[in-house]
Order: sequence, then C-alpha cells, then structure tokens
Amino acid sequence: MSKQTNTAAPTDSEVILGILNNSETVLKRLYIVYFPMVLQLVINNSGTQDDAKDIYQEAIIVLYNKVKSGEFELSSKLKTFIYSVCRRLWLKKLAHMNRYGGDIHDFQEHLPVEENMDLHTDRDIQFSKMESSLQLLGEPCKTIIEDFYIYDRSMQEICEKFGYTNADNAKTQKYKCLQRLKKLFFQQK
Amino acid sequence: MPATVEEIVFSAEIKRRMDNNQLTEAIERYLNDEMSGEERASFEQYRKANADIDSRITEHQHFAGLLKQYRERIELEERLNAIHNEIDVHALVEEMTVHPSWIVQLWRNHHSKISVAASVAIFAVLTTMFFAGYFNNRNQEHYTELRRQIENVKRTTEQRINQSQLQTVVPQPRRHLNPGNYRGTGFALSANGYIVTNYHVIGDRFDSLYVQNAAGESFYAKLVYSEPQYDVAILKIDDESFKNLPSLPYTFKKGRSDLGENVYTLGYPEGDSPVFDKGYLSSVNGYEGDSVEYRVNISANPGNSGGPLLNSNGNIIGIVSGKQTLAVGASYAIKTKYLLKAIQNVPLDSLSDKLNLSNKNMLTGLSRVQQIKKMQNYVFQVKVYN
Repeated sequence: MSKQTNTAAPTDSEVILGILNNSETVLKRLYIVYFPMVLQLVINNSGTQDDAKDIYQEAIIVLYNKVKSGEFELSSKLKTFIYSVCRRLWLKKLAHMNRYGGDIHDFQEHLPVEENMDLHTDRDIQFSKMESSLQLLGEPCKTIIEDFYIYDRSMQEICEKFGYTNADNAKTQKYKCLQRLKKLFFQQK
Repeated sequence: MPATVEEIVFSAEIKRRMDNNQLTEAIERYLNDEMSGEERASFEQYRKANADIDSRITEHQHFAGLLKQYRERIELEERLNAIHNEIDVHALVEEMTVHPSWIVQLWRNHHSKISVAASVAIFAVLTTMFFAGYFNNRNQEHYTELRRQIENVKRTTEQRINQSQLQTVVPQPRRHLNPGNYRGTGFALSANGYIVTNYHVIGDRFDSLYVQNAAGESFYAKLVYSEPQYDVAILKIDDESFKNLPSLPYTFKKGRSDLGENVYTLGYPEGDSPVFDKGYLSSVNGYEGDSVEYRVNISANPGNSGGPLLNSNGNIIGIVSGKQTLAVGASYAIKTKYLLKAIQNVPLDSLSDKLNLSNKNMLTGLSRVQQIKKMQNYVFQVKVYN
C-alpha cells in the first residue's frame, strides 16, 4: 500500500526545498521512506508502534523547524540525521520511563545531535506550556482562541457559533480570553 | 481620604481594563499590518513616547509568535498523522519482529504456558531425582563396599574382617561357646602338624585355636607365627592325640601361575565336611591390582578362608583369602610365594619341630577325585574361640 512509485527516497536537497516550499508530496515521501527505520529502532528497543510514531513525528518536526528557520546545514545524510534524532529522543523517553537498561540495539550509524536538540527542546517546552494553558483556560475561551488563532475562523463565524449578539461582544470576549491565556502561559514554570 | 484614593485606584483600574482590550486590538492590528498609514504613524509615535506601550507590544508579539508556533506544530502534526494513517504499520511491524526475535515473541505470547511447563519439568526432575536418590542410597553400599575394599588393601585386620573374609560366624547355640567364634580353613604345611591359614581367620584376639580334620577329630593348636601383611598365620598342632600325618601328597609351586589355569579348593564353608569348589585363575593380580594375590574365578564362601588353592597337577598355588562382594565369582588367593616368604620369616626359636615343606608331589596324574581323596586328610577346619 505504501510502496507507490513516488515513495522512492527523495534526495536530501529535494526534501529541504520541499519543506521550504511546503510541499505536501515531499513531506509524504520523506515520511514514508524513513518511518520503517525508526519503527525498527523503537520496537526493537522495548517500544511500541505508537511510541515509534510519536518519536518519528517529533523528529520530523525537529527537521522541519530547523529547515524553516534556515539553520539546517546538511552535514550528514538526512537519513543519519533523522535516525540520530530519533535515537536521542527514544533514549530520553526510555530513561524517563526508567526502562533504559544502558544498552540500545542499533540499526544505523548515528551522530551526536545534542546541539541540534536545544532549540527543539525549547520549542517543545513552549508547545506543552501552550497546550496545558489552553486546557486550563476552559470553555468557551479555549475554543474561541483556537478558532481564531489556529483555525483562522473570522470573528463573524465565532460570533454565530457562540451566539454573541454582535461581533464586538465576541471581540471583547476574545481579548479577555487572550489576556487570561497569556497570564496562564507566563505563570507556568 | 483613604476612600478617595481607593476610588481613584479603582477607576484607574477600570480605565486600564477598558484600554486594555482596545489597546490589545490596536496592537494586534498594528502587528498584523491592518492599520492605515495615518493610524499606523500615530500608533508608532505613541509607542515611541511610551515605554510601557512598547513593552506591551513586544510581549504581544512574542506571545503571538508562540501561538503561531503552536499552530504550526498542530498543523504539521495533523499532516503527519494523515500521512501516517496511510502507512500499513502492522505489516511493517510484522516484517520487523517476526524474524529477528521469534523466541521473544514466543515468550511474550506464551510465557504463562511456558512457565507452567517449566514448573512441571522442574517437578518431574525433582521427582526423578528423588527416585534416583533412593537408588543411590542403595548404591551407596557399593560405594562403601568399595571403600572398605580399598581400606582392605591397607591390610588392617579389622577392616579385612569387615570386608569379605571367607570365615563363618558360628551360630552360638550350636557350639555352646561364647560369642564371636570364627571358623576358617587351614591346610598342612608338613607332616608334623604345621598348618597354615589366613591371619584374618584367627585375628589377634583369640582365646584358643582348634583344628579339626575331615574325620571330625579336633586337635588343640597354637599360633606359631603370623604375618598380617600377607594375611598368613602358621599354626602348630600341639595335641597329644595327634599323630604325624603321612607325608604330604602336594608341593608348593614357587613360580607364578598363568591365566586360565584350572584351580580348585577344599574348604569348610559349611558344616564339618570339606567342600570342593573349582574355577580358574582369572588374573595374576588381586583386588585393585594387589600383586600379593591372584584373582580367581571360583565360588568361594565364608569359611573358605585359609583353604588351599591347587592347580590340576596338585601344586598349591595360593591360599584362598577373600572375595569381592560386587563381582560375581571374583575371589582372591594369596600367592604361594608370600606363604613361603612368611615361612622363611618364622623365627627359629619359635619352631618346636622342624618345618620341612614336602617336595614330592603324589597327586600329579591322578584324577581329580583321587586327588581330593588324598588331599582332604590334610585340610583342616580352623576353629577360633575367643
């Protein structure tokens, strides 16, 4: 099913260009080509396929953000980079779950990727802070904020969805919510 | 006075809140580039003049950036999830796990069954060990026996007695004698009443010794010399009723005998009449390679100890002394050579009469029955009282 012709490994520069251009096909090819490698790593080191999925997607996000921020320099094969990032992430997760026996069964060559991970770790923290702040925000604020800032819904739509009498009321509500979200966000450690 | 202050603070707070929403909206519009040129210019001026406003704009910008990042990540995750759903992960997992670690799979899927099986196996092994242990306990006799036999090689008297001496313990009621009487066999060395038997038959703690011939006549005897090292004891009949024997029909073979030679013995394993047994020489060495003895395949029994071992020509080749309890038919006989050595070692002053070994064989060529008929008058039952 996944072995279509266009799943042949994209070249590394194709991937970088594709990410910069938001190419869906390149992202898909990239994803499909390297997933098995990561799946193999994770399930053979006491993980499940869901763990593999999480780890792999995180690694793709690392790559994606790095490319988007213009920091990415192709100093090794992309494959090695992805594998190394996944390996690093998985070791961290294993350690977190106290399941790491000090020994990992490797399938690919890998590089130290510590410095690449700093930015990601930072972003990851911000992301989970935002996620939990939104949870704490509660309804209807959470949905209003998400609709407006994430799903790009117009104030008019939001107004109708929540039954506000006019857009101004909705706007006031939105700013109140945003204010609370900021507060929640910056209060979190 | 304090009321006024509170009032002022309160109204200022309200004002700030009112401003807050408007200000946030303005900032948002400013950052999103939604302001007209004029409005933008005045807002920028307002920002420059007011450091507080400037920091609020920066803060909002930062937060908007975070929101954007959050949004991008959520969008990317959605895209990735969509791609992921197209992958047949199960097939991949199968492909990767089946062959690298089927044992692990087996264990994961069946560990409870395997555990039960292992428990059963352990139980079975323990059970088997229990039974085997039971047999081992019986076999330990074998082990002890062996040890005893080894100790026997050391030739300490008590151990020899323990082992397999061919002497009988006389049942007490039959003899009306004190317990611990032993019997063995002995045979004449010379016509004047010297008799040889095994040292272990008499031991070193006896009260009196008697010898009894085939006719049932008993004679008192005394110990002349013993050599525990070779298990040889020499007695002398010291009884008035004893008359010298006719000259001995057999001789003592000094050289070594060969494997397979037919041999026989006469002894008193049972009752008061001599018992005949035959066999062959099965090894030139005795128990555990003991060179003092021959190994003889003959059915010797307790009571046979000290009896003569003759070859078919009527030469004495040894003194029957013991048998192996484990191997059927394995008996041992002291070689004549050591008997002769012992005779040589007898101190002259303990000899009341001369000890002359006969050198004339009158048995050669006779049939076995004839040989035995002549022999049996020279074979005695040795009775030990203590």
